Amino acid sequence: MNTATERAPSCGLLAEFADHKALVAAARGAYAAGYRRLDAFSPFPVEGLSEAIGFHRDALAPVVLGGGVLGAGVGYAMQYYLSAVHYPLNVGGRPLHSWPAFVPVIYEMTILFAALAAVFGMLLLNGLPRPYHPVFNVPAFARASRDRFFLYIESSDPLFDLQDTRRFLRRQGALDVADVPA
Amino acid sequence: MNRPWIGPEHTYASVTDKISAIVLTEKAPRAWLWGFGVSLLLLSMLVAATVYLFAAGIGVWGVNVPVSWGFAIINFVWWIGIGHAGTLISAILLLLRQKWRTSINRFAEAMTLFAVVCAALFPVLHLGRPDKFYWLIPYPSTMGVWPQFRSPLIWDFFAISTYGTVSLLFWYVGLIPDLATLRDGARRPWASKVYGFLAMGWRGSARHWHRYETAYLLLAGLATALVVSVHSIVSLDFAASLLPGWHTTIFPPYFVSGAIYSGFAMVLTLAIPLRAYYGLEAFITERHLNNMANVMLATGLIVAYGYLMEHFMSWYGENAYEHAVTINRMRGPYAPAYWALLLFNVIIPQSLWWRRVRASPWALLAVSLSVNLGMWLERFVIVITSLHRDFLVSSWGMYYPTRWDWATFLGSLGLFFTAMFLFIRFLPVISVSETRELLSEPGASRS
Repeated sequence: MNTATERAPSCGLLAEFADHKALVAAARGAYAAGYRRLDAFSPFPVEGLSEAIGFHRDALAPVVLGGGVLGAGVGYAMQYYLSAVHYPLNVGGRPLHSWPAFVPVIYEMTILFAALAAVFGMLLLNGLPRPYHPVFNVPAFARASRDRFFLYIESSDPLFDLQDTRRFLRRQGALDVADVPA
Repeated sequence: MNRPWIGPEHTYASVTDKISAIVLTEKAPRAWLWGFGVSLLLLSMLVAATVYLFAAGIGVWGVNVPVSWGFAIINFVWWIGIGHAGTLISAILLLLRQKWRTSINRFAEAMTLFAVVCAALFPVLHLGRPDKFYWLIPYPSTMGVWPQFRSPLIWDFFAISTYGTVSLLFWYVGLIPDLATLRDGARRPWASKVYGFLAMGWRGSARHWHRYETAYLLLAGLATALVVSVHSIVSLDFAASLLPGWHTTIFPPYFVSGAIYSGFAMVLTLAIPLRAYYGLEAFITERHLNNMANVMLATGLIVAYGYLMEHFMSWYGENAYEHAVTINRMRGPYAPAYWALLLFNVIIPQSLWWRRVRASPWALLAVSLSVNLGMWLERFVIVITSLHRDFLVSSWGMYYPTRWDWATFLGSLGLFFTAMFLFIRFLPVISVSETRELLSEPGASRS
């Protein structure tokens, strides 16, 4: 039974570190050694960690800009169409297309759409909600939201080898290296 | 005052345990039970007053011609103003890299959210036909009628609903990592499941944090632009009218600073008992209280300057009606409210110039309560004195709030505090992940 579990397909290896500096150093080391399918986990955002695993730019800013532009367009088009075309209401002979009066609603719609784009864009790009992930199978991973720092190398990485990668992670100063069961 | 933002004895694990213990392990303290009970009683009063209002109609309130905007509008402006400090703390102080916001942003944001809920209640109750409130939303109806987009009341609807939505999103995004902490720390399976569901599978991946921080920063920028606009638009409800005392260009900036002023007073009103009862002095330090008192003093001075300019313009403008409104405020039937406003909002807060007042939590609490009251009186004076005597003497009148006005106002405090007490019980009152980040920075616990 014991040997069967050891031979069971593993998703990768999860190395545990005591502080964020050790994790950043190990992540840099792993990237330099050629590992590409890796991820790092920390209980708070760590400066330079995502860059260390080769993730430099997120696509969020253009998404938020798009949301804002869309909000402004929708806000303006809606007010123009409703006030000047679909339901024209003559108030004291004032112009129907009274754009200065439309500015507050355009402003609020811009912010609303941009904020929705920021939150839902962040969640979608992050692939959340995702209730299940193999790393949650490692009991020690509960401390990833508390006081421990983890580096995860997936078994699908071309360089991955259960023994070699484990030794490599040990050399990077890991406190412990756990097998991530599928 | 160069004391640390966090007590020096703390580590990642200890801040996590200390903050999440309030939610996960500790029994509710007696003070919480009493506070929650009293809030719940007030909330029931709000429910009773609302049911009676819906059954009997708007006549149960003291509003009538000429004062058709009574307590409902006063309370609406008061509550929405209180919300503003939460956004200022979470958004503007984040952009300004003010590290001290970390300990107070979470519950200040919660305060914003609940204050917006209380605020949004009042215009709906005031409609007279509250079942038709959705007519404010531009939707294609069979009547073929659309909202009037040139009206400040419609701007208000868009501003408040955007503000409520963005505040909720900002708060929730900030909570996600902490919900994951609670999920992993909870011992009861149902708690773990509920927090796990809300955490959406957050696992603290470096890529996720990267996008998360971008989103949070952008949200802060958007919320900053938003918070300045919300109370400006609220003030346009007044300023866009032609009524003496309302028709002034000073209203938008003066309303925004008044909003921040009252909001900081409410944050202090909540923070001082909270830190005492839950032993959070290591997180909400005297230095935090001192900084908040400074912001309150500064915004209070801007508000006082606003009062001064209002009076100056009415004198300098030589408009007889503006003049009459100013004199009527000082010497008319509502003069006690005016002078009480100056006492509570301008004179008492000057005690914040003394460090001894800023350093004593209970003195600070007293000043904050005074400002809360003063800001409510400010809105009372603005709404009532401009309306009750306008251009024609024949249309003058008086406004007297009824017991249902009072029941609704005090009841809205019940709604606010019930929500606050539930929040304290079920969610971390201080951002755990941000506190850990603060600890990780070299010298953060010292400088």
